[in-house]
Amino acid sequence: MRFSFVFSEMGIAIKRNLSMVISVILVTFISLTFVGTAGLLQQQISSMKTYWYDKAQVAVYLCTKTSPQDICPQGEASKDVQNTVKERLESTTLAPYIDKYYFENHQQAYKTFQKEFKDNAVAKYVTPAQLNETFWINLKDSNQAPIIIESFNGLSGIEEVKDQRTYLDQIFSMLNIASLAAISIAGLMLFSAVLLISTTIRLSAVMRRREIGIMRLVGASNFYIQLPFILEGVVAGVIGSLLAGGAIFAIVQFFVQGFLAESLPFTSFVGIPDALALLPGLVLVGAGLAAVAAASSIRRYLRV
Amino acid sequence: MISISQVTKAYRGAPRAALDEISLEIDKGEFVFLVGASGSGKSSLMRMILREDLPTSGSIHVLGENLVGIPNRRVPHFRRKLGVVFQDFRLLPNKTAAQNVAFSLEVIGKSAGFITEAVPEVLRLVGLEDKANSLPSELSGGEQQRIALARAIVNKPAILLADEPTGNLDPATSEGIMALLDRINLAGTTIVMATHDRGIVDRGRKRVVELSQGKIIRDERSSGYGLER
Repeated sequence: MRFSFVFSEMGIAIKRNLSMVISVILVTFISLTFVGTAGLLQQQISSMKTYWYDKAQVAVYLCTKTSPQDICPQGEASKDVQNTVKERLESTTLAPYIDKYYFENHQQAYKTFQKEFKDNAVAKYVTPAQLNETFWINLKDSNQAPIIIESFNGLSGIEEVKDQRTYLDQIFSMLNIASLAAISIAGLMLFSAVLLISTTIRLSAVMRRREIGIMRLVGASNFYIQLPFILEGVVAGVIGSLLAGGAIFAIVQFFVQGFLAESLPFTSFVGIPDALALLPGLVLVGAGLAAVAAASSIRRYLRV
Repeated sequence: MISISQVTKAYRGAPRAALDEISLEIDKGEFVFLVGASGSGKSSLMRMILREDLPTSGSIHVLGENLVGIPNRRVPHFRRKLGVVFQDFRLLPNKTAAQNVAFSLEVIGKSAGFITEAVPEVLRLVGLEDKANSLPSELSGGEQQRIALARAIVNKPAILLADEPTGNLDPATSEGIMALLDRINLAGTTIVMATHDRGIVDRGRKRVVELSQGKIIRDERSSGYGLER
């Protein structure tokens, strides 16, 4: 096996077929950029999930005067209701699940509301009495919210028991859809990359049919004949995946860390280490796909 | 060396078989002319010996290999023991004479040391050591065929197949090629040469196998091209 020869043959093949090779590089580049971005988005979603789910509370909203009649027929929740809730939260059945809880009365709720909706017109019309008195509960394990909801549902004087994760889930499902969309686009692009690679390799084989004919005649092994073509595909695939890696680094560095992290300072975002961890996988996918596509197309073209 | 027994080759859609129950034995060191009209089956037979094609029925043994049963992956190794030249030379236009010869050694994985020794030697043998760095386009037809011959024999094959090697050459140049083939044959290489060149066959006084419509109609030692048909 003479590698120098194989590599020089590959170099000649790439030079002759340059425009096709460049198009393979570009398609691989773009499709793997989508793959990598989708991967990072998934990581981001899962890290945000752990972060926000831990912060998510279960809210037990007590009835107010303005609560709907069918849920709160007796109007404003009495002190008794407050006490019942407190007792239950501290009972041996629920206490083990609860990290901590606190009670927010009308005035406190009004204050929080005014702060959060400072620039919103609605802040002017809301009165303290309209806002629910609320027990805010932090769970040891946010997955156990249903236990709390279950034990307060149907208790009179309670308007609603709400797991805040349900709000988060909507956001995460939107992010999930975005990453799924990126993955589907990536899949389509990768498929076209595979087709493009097989076409490129076959074109390259046609351009070098004299050489191939002579190689077969003098008894070059199939492996030796095919290797330069497969390497041609692999080199294009690897260059494309390295470019994709570069693009992902740029996205992480300039968009995620440079822009998102600055504008949302309390959220942890994916960083360069995450992108670095992704790179070997991208190169492997790029090189592997190219090798398989090139090998199968050259094998179909070259029979003994 | 070459043993062909009851070989029939029928191509799909063809009205008659290209080879029709042919049997032929060729011994080590022989020089055999294959003659016959176009379409008589000469090329089909050459392709069978080179294992470029398989017979529809019958058996072919070349250099101890059963070509019908040989697995595909061993075909390249088998072909290394054969040399081939064609009417159209089949040189690579962008490589020099020496590079063309070296190419055939590089692709079978010979060492650089072997190649630097073997290439000038074989170019000397075909009388073109001074044209080593010329491109095929700078060489005459006869010179190109000599390079093709050099390429075919540089790996010291036991058998040389020549398919109309003088078909594109003028008579004087053809004589030169024939003299070269004779020398190669004298050095021990078995040669099977398909040709239309009456003069060459008549002057050669060698074994002549004549094909017609896929059958062997004559197989004579020290013979000529035969009657005008």
